[in-house]
Amino acid sequence: MTAENNRRSWMSVLAKAPAGRLLALWHELGAEPDFHWLRAPEIGATMVRGRLGGTGAPFNLGEMTLTRCALQLESGAVGHGYVQGRDKDKARVAALVDALMQTEQAEAVRATILTPLQAEMTAAKDTRAAKAAATKVDFFTMVRGED
Amino acid sequence: MYVAVKGGERAIDNAHAWLAEERRGDLDVAELSIAQIREQLSLAVNRVMAEGSLYDPDLAALAIKQSRGDMIEAIFLIRAYRTTLPRFGATAPVDTEAMACDRRISATFKDAPGGQVLGPTFDYTHRLLDFALAAEGDIPEAPQSEPRTEVTPHITEFLNQEGLIQTEVSSDDVPGDLTREPLELPSSRPLRLQALTRGDEGFVLSMAYSTQRGYGRNHAFVGELRIGKVAVEMDIPELGFAIEVGEIELTECETVNQFQGSKTEPPQFTRGYGLVFGQSERKSISMALVDRALRWQELGEDNMGAPAQDEEFVLYHSDNIQATGFLEHIKLPHYVDFQSELELIRKLRREAMENINPVQEAAE
Repeated sequence: MTAENNRRSWMSVLAKAPAGRLLALWHELGAEPDFHWLRAPEIGATMVRGRLGGTGAPFNLGEMTLTRCALQLESGAVGHGYVQGRDKDKARVAALVDALMQTEQAEAVRATILTPLQAEMTAAKDTRAAKAAATKVDFFTMVRGED
Repeated sequence: MYVAVKGGERAIDNAHAWLAEERRGDLDVAELSIAQIREQLSLAVNRVMAEGSLYDPDLAALAIKQSRGDMIEAIFLIRAYRTTLPRFGATAPVDTEAMACDRRISATFKDAPGGQVLGPTFDYTHRLLDFALAAEGDIPEAPQSEPRTEVTPHITEFLNQEGLIQTEVSSDDVPGDLTREPLELPSSRPLRLQALTRGDEGFVLSMAYSTQRGYGRNHAFVGELRIGKVAVEMDIPELGFAIEVGEIELTECETVNQFQGSKTEPPQFTRGYGLVFGQSERKSISMALVDRALRWQELGEDNMGAPAQDEEFVLYHSDNIQATGFLEHIKLPHYVDFQSELELIRKLRREAMENINPVQEAAE
């Protein structure tokens, strides 16, 4: 996996993570490192697009809320936070995690925050998929006829 | 025409204070939390997000609380809020084939790969009031089976492999945006779908129903209906690559409609498409039927003069915030307008009376 793919992957986990869990795991990591804002947290929206018939030309479906920020650690590492919803704390922590993942603390951050978050999100998704699977219809055919 | 009317500030303040009290209701009854509305009135929340055109369940729940459950008022609050948000960009078109489906049914193929998955549906319930819900109580956890891990393919793709259904030609065109430029006619299918997905559920439902009853008939099968979550991916310019910025629940409906053919093309099924925020099944099916009806020109069908075929009629009346804004403004002061009407009708009556009874008039 390239460095870019790696970063895409953890930023995506952070964006979708439940804010409460991300903040709780963040506190487990210990004291917050010093940083300065490159862009203070800002709430906005993005226009979500779909495609005609699911596969054709794009159309505008509606907006969703986002919060973004950018910051720099004293070590110089720059972190970006782009998270779903309106939550400045979540965006700050996401940016801090993104920055720390580029430092020698990466393994500790991954083990304390990203791995458990990913596991919880996968488990929640699997539970829904398992409940959906239980509602799958099993057809049976009645045999009928003259002979 | 209205003119500024001064005065009434105290009455307005007092009216709003009373509104707040009435909204809260009986103080002996526990107050609703936003989380309760979000979790337990989730289909109302979904409707407010779809028609408010902003995906944010907490905000939609707040709007429902503030509006005392008046859905159009709640949608109005969300529309007003969204205009205050800076726009960070647009996402890549969502990949609904990769949806984690809670529900996925087809009315056309019994044995579709991925199967008929009912999900948490009202279908097949008896529509009898369940008085057990009037009492609080724990509910058992829903049963589980081996989860499906593969992608659930779109049903229309099977028809497409045989060339039996018209192909949706993919492109990367930037679609027009109703929220940025005023709607101009004739519009385009992307703009129509944007208007329909944020359109009033009742209006879109009635338009769709009218096509079923024969006003622009285009006999639709629900080829597929799916509900579930999709990831939302957006390019982040400062990073130079795209990340998933969130995950949203969507309802998608694809209809399979009767054939089109031409001198050069053999007959093919045609499509209608619905895609709506949240679990919004009725709206999504309605959207697909109206989408299909509005495509009559592109597909070389006759204009039957049906309301659902009339782009101008549908697009200019589907938005409940525009509609309610214009409708409700007539209750605001029109004193000067009305004064001139009063003077006019008195004059007309005087003239009419003179014509009816000139002798008596003259005698007086």
